[in-house]
Amino acid sequence: MSDVQIWTYVLVALSFGLYIGIAIWSRAGSTKEFYVAGGGVSPLANGMATAADWMSAASFISMAGIISFAGYDGAVYLMGWTGGYVLLALLLAPYLRKFGKFTVPDFIGERYYSKTARVVAVICALIVSFTYVAGQMRGVGIVFSRYLEVDINTGVVIGMVIVLFYAVLGGMKGITYTQVAQYCVLIFAFMVPAIFISIQMTGNPIPQLGFGGTLSDGSGTYLLDKLDGLSTELGFAEYTDGSKSMIDVFAITLALMVGTAGLPHVIVRFFTVKRVRDARKSAGLALLFIAILYTTAPAVAVFARTNLIETVSGKEYDQMPEWFSRWEKTGLIAHEDKNGDGKIQYVASPEVNELTVDRDIMVLANPEIANLPAWVIGLIAAGGLAAALSTAAGLLLVISSSVSHDLIKNVLKPDLSEKAELWTARLSAAVAVVVAGYFGINPPGFVAAVVALAFGLAAASFFPAIILGIFYKKMNREGAISGMIVGLCLMLFYMLKFKFGIFDGGKDAVAGLQESWWFGVSPEGFGTIAMLVNFIVAIAVNKFTPQPPEEVQEIVENIRIPNGAGKASEH
Amino acid sequence: MSEKQKKATAYWKENLRYLVILLVIWFLVSYGAGILFKDALNNIKLGGFKLGFWFAQQGSIYVFVILIFVYVRLMNKLDKKYGYNEE
Repeated sequence: MSDVQIWTYVLVALSFGLYIGIAIWSRAGSTKEFYVAGGGVSPLANGMATAADWMSAASFISMAGIISFAGYDGAVYLMGWTGGYVLLALLLAPYLRKFGKFTVPDFIGERYYSKTARVVAVICALIVSFTYVAGQMRGVGIVFSRYLEVDINTGVVIGMVIVLFYAVLGGMKGITYTQVAQYCVLIFAFMVPAIFISIQMTGNPIPQLGFGGTLSDGSGTYLLDKLDGLSTELGFAEYTDGSKSMIDVFAITLALMVGTAGLPHVIVRFFTVKRVRDARKSAGLALLFIAILYTTAPAVAVFARTNLIETVSGKEYDQMPEWFSRWEKTGLIAHEDKNGDGKIQYVASPEVNELTVDRDIMVLANPEIANLPAWVIGLIAAGGLAAALSTAAGLLLVISSSVSHDLIKNVLKPDLSEKAELWTARLSAAVAVVVAGYFGINPPGFVAAVVALAFGLAAASFFPAIILGIFYKKMNREGAISGMIVGLCLMLFYMLKFKFGIFDGGKDAVAGLQESWWFGVSPEGFGTIAMLVNFIVAIAVNKFTPQPPEEVQEIVENIRIPNGAGKASEH
Repeated sequence: MSEKQKKATAYWKENLRYLVILLVIWFLVSYGAGILFKDALNNIKLGGFKLGFWFAQQGSIYVFVILIFVYVRLMNKLDKKYGYNEE
């Protein structure tokens, strides 16, 4: 066994042992502990847990790589996935905490005094969470297979067993404290290689500053200028300038921000703190913890891209370093010597280009490309697993509480005892893990695409209903329900038409449909339009239907005032 | 309107004013500096960064973090002022 493998096994085993230990220590004894960790989590712990919950395998493994190839356009993810926390902290978290129930459908159902509204919200929550969780389980499998050389499916099963153990046993309480540990593991794993590489390339230990600095080779050239130059030389767009249209960049960024603020597994984290002021503060801390990774990722992207071009472009294939052939075996990087000169041509033009690179390699292989020690490479595996497992667990909890609390307890069988509800919650968590694992092993081809669109769906359905519920006292159930349904259906329609080409002859037609995008907005950015339509429909229907009852308007007045939140959460 | 309700309305109004100010800044740094005016700002350089690019990939995120903590402070003060703070 190589050094890298030994380190990987040791670090992964240690981190898994830690998660299991925490799960045993913090198991849940009541439904309140299972759904919202007893409502007594400190803002600091909640901030870390939210950050780990939020940052998925995609943030950890894929994001820097995506930015690396998209250049400026990568900003849609950087701003989109952080700016949503401002909306969350200012417009949602404090009020939902004051409302003091367990789930997002809880809020929708009671605020709009309607079982229909609750059921619509449950359906939205399940669609969003299931698409998202399948991607996470797949991520677990991929990390296992690449670093530990086990089969992807075995990897998914190992991941399932671990999540099953602490999600079913500990509920929100177990998940919260494991997520704190997972945050520490993943941020350490992400930062260490980034700092090493920043020092190597620019002499600056802070990656955020390093990638705006000059190269350490003494030439005095700025790193970004050099990368811009290399990119244009090879026929790519200038790195610091994007290729997407401005309106699309705008729409995608907004859809991701609003979607972030509307994702149930993020919102529910703010039910776990004690007071309204803690909800505000933990939103700030969560964003701070997220920002550490999100401001480092664009630096990693620049380092990795420059390193890659310099290492391979125009070089002899036989002279490639060891990592090149190792990653060639995994299929993440491939070379086809089209002109037979024995060198690697890496250029924009698809006829001449001889190198295909999977974007994930930018993080996964980065430490090897930069010749870092074996233990750093082992860290990446532990970090990637922490990111995937923490997000999966948070999503599974939303699924289980939607089923046991919103559907069974509140709609189907209201006389369920506390104890029976807790067991129902455990059982639904277990079923959800198995279903997620199934999709992880047999991924529908569209998983990756749908995960990005989960944000559009959340933006189109939940966000307007919650915002209007808090800021517009006279908003009634007819308006909210029609808004949610129209928003969700419109988003689904646009997605099916322009992402999957369902109405125009399947996947192959998708590229040709780009011309007919509405307002020039891509399916990824369409959540913005669907959200606006939701708002308009909701307000219009509200005008022509009866006002909400007096006691509902009182609830709204009550959630606007921060004190007394502790009491409200007694069930 | 009762005394209690008046107080609640005044508190809510001040809260809304903070929200509008903070959200305008939120919009200006991200959608303004990072997207709409990016090309103009790119003519200015901050070390090795073009300014528009920096706002889009770094600056806006820093401002987001600061905005939330400013909001936390403002609201804690406001809660105290109206006696809505809890221990």
